[in-house]
Amino acid sequence: MTAMETETKQVQSITDAVVSAINLERTYGEGDTAVHALRGVSLDVQRAKLTGVMGPSGSGKSTLMHLLAGLDRPTAGEVVIDGTSIGELGDTDLTKLRREHIGFIFQFFNLLPMLTAQENIVLPLELAGGKVDKEWVETVIERVGLADRRTHRPSELSGGQQQRVAIARALISRPTVVFADEPTGNLDSTTGSEILDLLRESVESFGQTIVMVTHDPNSCAFSDRTLFLADGSIVRELGKSTAHQVSETMEAVSKA
Amino acid sequence: MIRVAVRGLLGRKLRAILTALAIVLGVALVSGTLVLTDSIDRAFDRIFTDIRSGSSAVISGKAAFDLTEGSGATEPALEQSLLQQVRALPDVEEAEGSVDGEAQIIGKDGKAIVNGGAPNLGFSIANGDSRFNPLVLVQGDWPGNGDVVVDKATADDQGLQLGQKVGVQALGPVEYLRLSGIVDFKSVSIGGATLAGFDLPTAQSIFDKEGKLDEIAVAAKPGVSDQQLAAEIRKTLPPNTQVQTAAQQAKTDASDTDEFISFLRTFFLAFGGIALFVGAFVIANSLSITIAQRTRELATLRTIGASRRQVLGSLIVESLIVGVVASVVGLFLGLGLARLLFWLFDLAGFTLPNTGLLLTTRTIVIALLVGIIVTLFASLRPAIRATRVPPIAAVREGAELPESRWARFRTPGAILVTAIGFVAIVYGLFGSGLGTAEILISMGAGAVLVFIGVALFASKLVPMLATFLGWPSAKVGGVSGELARSNAKRNPQRTASTAAALMIGLALVTLVAVLGQGIRSTFTAAVDDLFVSDYAITAQNNFSPIPVSAAEAAEKANGVESVASVRTGEALVYGNPTFVTAVTPNTADAVALEWKDGSQAVFSELGANGAFVDDGFADDHNLQVGSPIAIETPAGKKLDLTVKGIFEPPSGGSPFGQVTFSSETFDANFPDPQNLYSFVTMSGGVTPANTEALDAALADFPNAKAQTRDEFKDNQIGPLNNILNILYVLLALSIIVSLFGIVNTLVLTVFERTRELGMLRAIGMTRRQVRRMIRYESVITALIGATLGIILGVVLAGLLVARIDFIDFSVPVGQLVVFAIAAILVGIIAAIFPARRAARLNPLEALQYE
Repeated sequence: MTAMETETKQVQSITDAVVSAINLERTYGEGDTAVHALRGVSLDVQRAKLTGVMGPSGSGKSTLMHLLAGLDRPTAGEVVIDGTSIGELGDTDLTKLRREHIGFIFQFFNLLPMLTAQENIVLPLELAGGKVDKEWVETVIERVGLADRRTHRPSELSGGQQQRVAIARALISRPTVVFADEPTGNLDSTTGSEILDLLRESVESFGQTIVMVTHDPNSCAFSDRTLFLADGSIVRELGKSTAHQVSETMEAVSKA
Repeated sequence: MIRVAVRGLLGRKLRAILTALAIVLGVALVSGTLVLTDSIDRAFDRIFTDIRSGSSAVISGKAAFDLTEGSGATEPALEQSLLQQVRALPDVEEAEGSVDGEAQIIGKDGKAIVNGGAPNLGFSIANGDSRFNPLVLVQGDWPGNGDVVVDKATADDQGLQLGQKVGVQALGPVEYLRLSGIVDFKSVSIGGATLAGFDLPTAQSIFDKEGKLDEIAVAAKPGVSDQQLAAEIRKTLPPNTQVQTAAQQAKTDASDTDEFISFLRTFFLAFGGIALFVGAFVIANSLSITIAQRTRELATLRTIGASRRQVLGSLIVESLIVGVVASVVGLFLGLGLARLLFWLFDLAGFTLPNTGLLLTTRTIVIALLVGIIVTLFASLRPAIRATRVPPIAAVREGAELPESRWARFRTPGAILVTAIGFVAIVYGLFGSGLGTAEILISMGAGAVLVFIGVALFASKLVPMLATFLGWPSAKVGGVSGELARSNAKRNPQRTASTAAALMIGLALVTLVAVLGQGIRSTFTAAVDDLFVSDYAITAQNNFSPIPVSAAEAAEKANGVESVASVRTGEALVYGNPTFVTAVTPNTADAVALEWKDGSQAVFSELGANGAFVDDGFADDHNLQVGSPIAIETPAGKKLDLTVKGIFEPPSGGSPFGQVTFSSETFDANFPDPQNLYSFVTMSGGVTPANTEALDAALADFPNAKAQTRDEFKDNQIGPLNNILNILYVLLALSIIVSLFGIVNTLVLTVFERTRELGMLRAIGMTRRQVRRMIRYESVITALIGATLGIILGVVLAGLLVARIDFIDFSVPVGQLVVFAIAAILVGIIAAIFPARRAARLNPLEALQYE
């Protein structure tokens, strides 16, 4: 990517991007032992698209997601979510931002074990304290296919079902963006595909913006766009592609 | 969010219960104390109201100042002629006089029936059918001349039959009277008190009050109020008498028991407070561990939109629920505890009056509030810490809580808190011009701060202590012991907090033991120095005054060379009610004092107006030999005495009051003279024959006993041992609370190390080795607590001893070793359940455990 291209992107990001990163850097530690996890990453996440972030382990993709989601603070650079630069936000504003703009899907589901599926799903709404749109709750539960599992505790659900609960929980507040961190990493491939279908579907039917971090080429076959990270920088970008194309690109990137 | 809290608790029932237990005992002690004292209070109130139920007003003798209960001093008596005057008053319907005093009933075994500290009431019943009589006849008749009636409990207990002779001892030798009837109070139980009723002339003779009355009960004519009647009587009263309405009199009657009850209440509540304080440590620690284990869950909550305040709120709600449940359970356990205490008092021969348990709204409110507030307060720090769990911990394995901004101030802070605590204790002890309340508050607050400070600082000491104290475990326990030792060091903060709870209990137990030992050694030394005669005569209970006639009887025994007696009473000296004593002239034979000014001859030279004082009293009031000293008797009589000697009391305490004069002066001016003790010198010293002769001479005084010097020491120290034992039992409660704390920590630790335990099992650790590992860790933790506690206890005791003159600093090493062994036992017991749980883990499942 040339300097010129970066410039253009920045301008663009101000106009129509949902989430933008501008020259993000993240360094852990200091001096000789410093690890540069991200070395100046800029990107845009487009509305109602599933954006995949690929990369081998240690490429910085998790760090990127943590920064985009406001879980961690960059050493340099800026993250803008729905027009708000989150770098300067305090804890209270970050909490508000999470309630309104961000949904999370975790590799290990991170459901609250003592709550039922439905209680887990509506928890973000209760935390935010707003009025619960019952119809929407029904729609989401219906869509993720948990209508007959809503009173079950996480321990009574299969891995796939648990991840469906997590997806529903992420969708329930209609956030600006959902971050999915290796959503299929803890599932077998069949179940994984079902989960990816579900993510794809929520983009199609609800117009949900999703950023998915993964190292599985198959996952990125479901994305509208895939960014490849290596050694802390975005090195390649693909539009809608097959798993095969993603794999090849991945291999090329890893060799480079 | 409340749902999250409630469900969270339900999902962790075991932890919640273990945490709650820490507070249940403390609340139970608080509620039990309140229930017990309220119940006794009501029972006594009923007795005192019952006694006065037939009266409108009561006339009694009035001491020149308020007398202290138990000092042996009594109010002056009334002239019997007053009764006729009162009866003649226009508004008086009826009036009746009575005398009363201590009268012991002699039991089957020939000894006086004394139930612990309960009184042995003797009194006249002028007319059994009169309205003034609060008793009912259960059997037989009211007493005539030379008769006695006794209470039903005593009669049943002793198998007394109507018509038989019953021994009664008041001021003189035992008198045998005919049992004419058996009586009881109308509605209440009187606890361990015994009743002996006589007709008026008999009572006057027994109590040496011929022609006198102690009280006149008066009933008003219809339409005359009690106040009116009292006012009317008051105008006609001679000096040193007073009249009160029946209600006021009941209150006066109750004032001594009220004081006793309020002391009992404060005493037990203090231990409830200690148990709650220890419980607070346990709760804070359990919650800290739980929160550490729930980091991911809390972080997830943050990522899906929970604010810090909501996280805090959910944890507060959790502890609120634990607090409420624990308090309610504690409240009801307190009812059981009150019942148990009644039973224990009964067992100790100290039967309390009982009209059933009384659970007041006040008890409910206090028990619940105390339990809930302590729980909430203890939860605050860990809960606030939990709000610092960063959202990123939801995705990052093994994320640690960020250090608090204040973390670097922790060690200096701990040292500062400890230092402030010690300063407060020292101020309380040595500060000048402090009231009792201020001293206690200053010392109590200081002790609390010291405990908190040391607990905070202890995490720094844990690695060293664990290495040292865990050495035997590593030697004996092989790999299990080695692992146990490193596990104890793994999270010093956690080990320190767990041990700190035990530390508090052990510090207090050690304090009590060291002080007890100090008192014992100075007292023994004092007796050895002072006591130069062969035998001492005291009451069976070692402290009640005994009739002077007992000493007179002893004089007649074969081989007696001299009997020196010490009378006891109270007088107003320099405006203060003061404990005074009087001695017979031959006291020099029995008591060897160290004279600062004067000699042993002072005893015999006191005469009618001589006195001697201790040097402390002399310094306080600038007295020298020759100085005048004025005292006022309870009857209001002023005596002008002259100081003839000043002595230095041994540190173990003086056998005398602050002012001592001759028994001759005492007997002439004080009502009902009685001896505190008599000392007997016999030819040939202590011999079986002499003992026998003395015992025979005292046969008519079953409440008096003759003892050798060693027996006297043991008997005088006996009550101290009882008090120490009560203190140990009460402190054991807080040690039990800390035991729960260890259980709790271990259970949570086992839970946390599930995977690791699975791994250890997988690579070949046997169940027995797992159990041993947990057990040793528990014992090491307990020993850390014991070490810190014992050191702290000795230091605190040292401070107290430095202030209190009559206690030596003497460390009971044997006892401290016993405490350390007890701590090891606590560790072993605490480990039983967690070790079993750890051993039961299936290695395969444990490894998969997430």
